[in-house]
Amino acid sequence: MMQAIDPNLLLLGWLIRSTLEMSTPLVLAALGGMFSEKSGIVNIGLEGMMLMGAFTAAAVSWYTGNPWLGLLGGIASGGLLAVVHAVACVTFKGNQIVSGTGVILFASGFTTVMLKVVWNAQGASDPVTKIPDVYINPIKDVPILGTAFGQMSPIVYLMFVMVALSYYVLYRTPFGLRVRASGEDPSTLDTAGVNVDHVRFVAVVISGCLAGFGGSYLSISFLGFFGKLMTGGQGFIALAALIFGNWTPIGCLLAGVFFGFLNGFQNTIQILNVPELQLYLNFVKMLPYVLVVVALAGIRKSIPPKAVGTAYEKEAKA
Amino acid sequence: MAESSVSLDTTSRNAVELIGICKTFPGGVHANKNITLRIREGEVHGLLGENGAGKTTLMNILYGLLTKDAGRIIIKGEEVELQSPQDAIVRGVGMVHQHFKLIPPLTVAENVVLGLEPILVSTKMESHLGGWSVKSVGVLSQILPVDLSAAEKRIVAIAEENGMNIDPKSKVMDLSVGQQQRVEVIKTLYRAADILILDEPTSVLTPQEVDELFVTLSKFKEQGKTIVLITHKLREPMILCDRISVLRDGELVGTVNREDTSPEQLARMMVGRSVSFTVEKPPKEPGSKVLSVTDLVVYNAQGLVAVKGVSFDVHEGEILGIAGVEGNGQTELVEGIVGLRKPKNGQVLVNGKDLTGKSPRKVRNAGVSHIPEDRHKKGLVLPFTIQENLVLGRHADVPFATGPRRMLLNLQESRRVSKDLVQTYSIKVSDVSSSAQTLSGGNQQKVVVARELAAQPKLLIAAQPTRGLDVGATEFIHQVLVGMRNAGLGVLLVSAELDEIVNLSDRIAVMFGGKIVAIRKPSDTTVEELGLLMAGHEVAGGSDER
Repeated sequence: MMQAIDPNLLLLGWLIRSTLEMSTPLVLAALGGMFSEKSGIVNIGLEGMMLMGAFTAAAVSWYTGNPWLGLLGGIASGGLLAVVHAVACVTFKGNQIVSGTGVILFASGFTTVMLKVVWNAQGASDPVTKIPDVYINPIKDVPILGTAFGQMSPIVYLMFVMVALSYYVLYRTPFGLRVRASGEDPSTLDTAGVNVDHVRFVAVVISGCLAGFGGSYLSISFLGFFGKLMTGGQGFIALAALIFGNWTPIGCLLAGVFFGFLNGFQNTIQILNVPELQLYLNFVKMLPYVLVVVALAGIRKSIPPKAVGTAYEKEAKA
Repeated sequence: MAESSVSLDTTSRNAVELIGICKTFPGGVHANKNITLRIREGEVHGLLGENGAGKTTLMNILYGLLTKDAGRIIIKGEEVELQSPQDAIVRGVGMVHQHFKLIPPLTVAENVVLGLEPILVSTKMESHLGGWSVKSVGVLSQILPVDLSAAEKRIVAIAEENGMNIDPKSKVMDLSVGQQQRVEVIKTLYRAADILILDEPTSVLTPQEVDELFVTLSKFKEQGKTIVLITHKLREPMILCDRISVLRDGELVGTVNREDTSPEQLARMMVGRSVSFTVEKPPKEPGSKVLSVTDLVVYNAQGLVAVKGVSFDVHEGEILGIAGVEGNGQTELVEGIVGLRKPKNGQVLVNGKDLTGKSPRKVRNAGVSHIPEDRHKKGLVLPFTIQENLVLGRHADVPFATGPRRMLLNLQESRRVSKDLVQTYSIKVSDVSSSAQTLSGGNQQKVVVARELAAQPKLLIAAQPTRGLDVGATEFIHQVLVGMRNAGLGVLLVSAELDEIVNLSDRIAVMFGGKIVAIRKPSDTTVEELGLLMAGHEVAGGSDER
């Protein structure tokens, strides 16, 4: 098996790796969106929570030199921003879209200003300590496998753990049952003697933590610095993945990987260095997003939680 | 556990005392006015009243779902302040709501345990750990695995104990309405409720399911449970209840023993005056044809033939009743006539004018009014004001539209007309500018009827016009329909209530499997014959074979 290495096989390995890397932040954020929406609260602020996580993780890593503390900081900051969303939407029954938009705008402004404050930079921060990659040496020289899995961020593996954990929490625990009930019919949950607001509040905060997790990956694992508005709409792609994945953990994983693949595909084409394709590079870059729209328009069997987007008011009507 | 003598000597104790309960909703509706009600242990207590009388509100307060403005609640001798349903549940109060509190995509077991989930670790490990219990891990128990299989076993046991049959693994959305109600009952039993409140439990059930429910309820009574039965029907409390309390307009009219009362007395207490159960209908010679339907074929939403070539006429001054079990094409027939659904074949003539497949507006302008079977989805725009709902459909015509090219709404005029209509049809509203949502079912239906008749139609099509309405409103609608017939209108009445059809119609058409299987005069037929025809049986002398 170890004779002349076909360059196409190398590319395939690269494509697999790129796909996993690109899908990790999407899947994590989509899982976050899932917790929030399953409980009945729309979270279009995922983008902002990711950005906040990316910034905080980089900043903490820069100050402490410990990227794992940075990861914790990134997760916590996403959760903290989600508290704002939860207070607005759950406690005060505010409009979830307006609050989510506010979260995004705040995060973009705040992180841009803090980029200047912390690193005195306009576009990108100084390099920060990255989370070290995991090397699997025995397969290093195996074609495809070696390129694909020989060196990988541990967060990619953690992403799979989070999918399994989300599945367990949502479908095997009392909390998960209550979250699902809260998104379908909050008044039933209330009648069963459970505080709807508590359940929704916690679900939204979990949502922020997961989005912050995804954002942290971008800055302290994938790249090693924080760039202005570096999430670049990935929070919205995550929302699309959530819908495409029919609001389930496995669906989020598959949809996230699909969208990650489209991005990875585009990266791979770029390194192919075929002059004809380079001419149309911008067109190639656009393809994933076009496919997102096509994919979303093409699916029919996507059923959102019934009560998503509506505030629960106890005595609205008898 | 089966000691039947226990219930005898405890009848004098009160399971629940509600003293001076007052409740006003944010909109200003006085739902409960100083109501004092005592429910004895082990009795079946009927809570009777029209829609909007405050029955559900009162029981929601007892269940902790609504807060009271004033008054005291005493459950089993203990005075309580209920903050949430949890406080009522722990004291043994269980409630089966009229609109089920079930989550369709979840399984039966998941629905039952919701809020009281058994933890796998605790049941398995408590034996090993002595005094260790779920409580010691507090909020952490929320992310421990649920022991669904234990719950499923208990659910099956509870169901069998009470003569019910249910698969705990099936999803609620796959169950029939009757089975869903059973899940609701099991939910309360799972929480060890011994005071059961059932809100209009029979309104959604078939006659056979009602019988089954009553068997279950009498079992509960034997077990010494206290049952409160909320209803607006007169038959049920007379069968099942020991005592009956009647509410009207948020006030308690009185409490009577079943032996000392009659349906007539209850109806009088409920409505506040005597109610006639039959409608006065003078004989009338039908005039010329208003509606003529020939060979009409209509497909349903799934693309299947629902109306398979139906022909009939409706004359001036005549009520043609269409009887039939629901789902035999009546809905599609009506929609095909009024323009909501394009017929595939056949002809619809109104006063000789061909309206086949024309838009609802054209049909409307030709003098056809339509009371749709679903007043929430097709009869009203619920969030709109009563005034807006009352002029809807005529809003683009003079006098409701004004200005150049009728570009503006004449709000003064529509307000004036709305106020007139509210008066004429005695619709109970605080203000015509409040939303239609705030009205009770009966008053909502009156809004639809008022609007449709204000258009001064030549033909009225009424589909299930009294569905879900109480005695008073039903009587009112019946009088209006007969009044229209007397005034020379053609009326096409579609109803699943056979009594209604027989009482009102001049001729009865029975629909089965998308066809009209027979047309009879009420004097020439019996309820039994109609029932057989509705079930698809051939009856001697019936019309064409299928």
